[in-house]
Amino acid sequence: MNEKLQPVVSALTARPGFRSEEFRGEVTLFVPAEQIVDTCRLLRDEFHFDMLVAETAVDYWPKLEPRFHVVYLLYSFASNANLNLRAPLDGNAPHLPTIEGIYPNANWYERELWDMFGIRFDGHSDLRRILMPAEWEGHPLRKDYPLGYEEVQFSFNHKEVDSKKPYARE
Amino acid sequence: MTDMQEIDLSQDETLQSIKHLVSERALRGETMLLNMGPQHPSTHGVLRLLLELDGEIVVNCIPDIGFLHTGIEKNMEAKTYQKAEVMTDRIDYLNNMGGNLTYCLAVEKLVDLDVPPRAQGIRVILAELDRISSHLLWMGTSALDLAAMSVFLYGMREREMIMDIKELVSGARMMTTYIRPGGLWRDVPVEFESAVRNFIKVMPGRLDEYESLLTNNALFKDRTQKIGVIDTEQCIHWGITGPVMRATGRPFDIRKAEPYSGYDQYDFEIPTATSGDIYGRYLVRMDEMRQSVRIIQQALDMLPYGPVRSNNRKFVPPPRSELSTSMEAVIHHFKLWTEGFSAPKGSVTASTESPRGRLSILIEGNGGPQPQRVFYRGNSFPNLQIMPLLSKGHFVADIVGIIGSVDIVLGDCDR
Amino acid sequence: MGIETKLGNMGVATTTLEQAVNWARTNSMWPMLFGLACCAIEMMAAQAANYDMSRFGMELMRASPRQSDLMIVAGRVSRKMAPVLRRLYDQMPDPKWVVAMGDCASCTGVFNNYALVQGVDEVVPVDVYVAGCPPRPEALIHGIITLHEKVRGEKLQRWAAK
Repeated sequence: MNEKLQPVVSALTARPGFRSEEFRGEVTLFVPAEQIVDTCRLLRDEFHFDMLVAETAVDYWPKLEPRFHVVYLLYSFASNANLNLRAPLDGNAPHLPTIEGIYPNANWYERELWDMFGIRFDGHSDLRRILMPAEWEGHPLRKDYPLGYEEVQFSFNHKEVDSKKPYARE
Repeated sequence: MTDMQEIDLSQDETLQSIKHLVSERALRGETMLLNMGPQHPSTHGVLRLLLELDGEIVVNCIPDIGFLHTGIEKNMEAKTYQKAEVMTDRIDYLNNMGGNLTYCLAVEKLVDLDVPPRAQGIRVILAELDRISSHLLWMGTSALDLAAMSVFLYGMREREMIMDIKELVSGARMMTTYIRPGGLWRDVPVEFESAVRNFIKVMPGRLDEYESLLTNNALFKDRTQKIGVIDTEQCIHWGITGPVMRATGRPFDIRKAEPYSGYDQYDFEIPTATSGDIYGRYLVRMDEMRQSVRIIQQALDMLPYGPVRSNNRKFVPPPRSELSTSMEAVIHHFKLWTEGFSAPKGSVTASTESPRGRLSILIEGNGGPQPQRVFYRGNSFPNLQIMPLLSKGHFVADIVGIIGSVDIVLGDCDR
Repeated sequence: MGIETKLGNMGVATTTLEQAVNWARTNSMWPMLFGLACCAIEMMAAQAANYDMSRFGMELMRASPRQSDLMIVAGRVSRKMAPVLRRLYDQMPDPKWVVAMGDCASCTGVFNNYALVQGVDEVVPVDVYVAGCPPRPEALIHGIITLHEKVRGEKLQRWAAK
């Protein structure tokens, strides 16, 4: 572990509900979902983690408790250290507070999470789809959403696949 | 006559859905909403901008992305680690080797695989060649947008030399997938060294030519100075790194901050500018090309002899010549190409410096041969988020210059 | 070619109307700028000095569909972009041709998933498919020459039907 991260980890794991993990030299802090805003504010103001590199999520379906982990990647210029935060969420209508007030960067990342995973962010200024068309139904990156691939056309099923495929006529 | 019902007009955002983003004056009809649509000669890909104009001055600019969304992250979850690498060339299609390199660094970190030093040196050479190639295309297209047409044709000249080197090494001009987890696909041929030396001999002279065309050109300076200004604090708040941040004065580069693939052995500088406008970014990128030539020179001089792939047969397929003599090689080859190797549970992030800024790939393994999640964080996504900030108060004609200077690649943004 | 073989060097050539019109169409086909993704980079390389496309009369890439007759769909077409593609195709005046450049335009190539249109012929009728990921500039030029041969073979009866 980077020595500069040691005080941060000890300060935060002293709180109830927090724990830390280390894997291949990277530190991950597990944060309860309701406390994410306070944690981010503390990290930015006191420990100088001034840049939110990215915000993303992982889906663990069919495990439902927790089903999603929202991952925050933070970087500190002063101590040249990377820190990961994970907020576990469960169930099928996940929501957690937005950190747009702390890192303005998070605006589009949280829109992408709403679009791709269906995670609602309370207090977000502009929560609408960003990558998929506006009237799309479903959240594509969830594990129960199908990949949607087309059957490969070999010579034995050539005519079958051809008849089902829509072609544009003029 | 075509069937007009096929055209889906509901994808046009009507005033209702974007009411909260435009100013009061637009709703009263005082300002005009202009669509700079997905098909436009200077949007560098399929980007849609909704401009709110007061005459010719831009009051607000709302970007609409997603026209190149390819579902790559979900597609990579359905493939094994080796087969998913093919997609990393195609996400940021101007930085193929850089995408491959970042993915391989992440996989190697996840499964704890070593890379021999010769492979690291060749990876650096190829990544820097791709950086030069991307900056040349940036220079050509952004100068083309500002109506300097001959710079485009000159820039493509050196790109052909770089593509010839890539074809020499892997057989393909762009989507090479040459950098694989554990090293490289195979060793470089004997003509590689002379081709690269020839290129770096010629390149500084060509860069002087390009600078003589643009740097002191009064028209170019008029269109680029004091336009699209941003400062370092805003860059940090909005998560922007790369030449945009370096042009504001902060010398931050992942190659120096978190060195990977042997970059700490090479001696190079981080160019900066202080103006924070389009002209500053232009100067930074031209200087970066010179520094890249310096790095390639050193890497080529210091390149050691040795193997180019790791010996760990659990993750790296054996060379084909071994298959006729060794039974274990056949078994490893079979298992790796049918089932693929399994990665442990846990997530890792690998970061490199792409020509656009910080490129990070997060891979989470779940114990099986397919990744649980692959997340690609390219710098074009936050770069587009600051378009409203950069373009307020400028003319419509400046928008074109601003988009060019920020150097977005829509594949990197939409994935 | 006709009666001029008997009349000598009078500065006159005779030909059929089909041949004359098709010759004019092939030698001045103006492509529309429709580069979407990686294939657009190879299309730009084909336009540049090394693999010059202006020897075929195509150095002028018009941005407006109303002024172009060839649409080279270079790159992957997502579901959000498909209505835009169709609308641009409809805005092009006749005669118009479409070249599907690259694997993603022909059959979606590597990306068999929810987000892309599986082959651009689901949206517009295609005349020539050029394979490759991305196709070399020489392959694109071969595709353009194939299209020229196809256009040279077009018959009068088909013009009325178009």
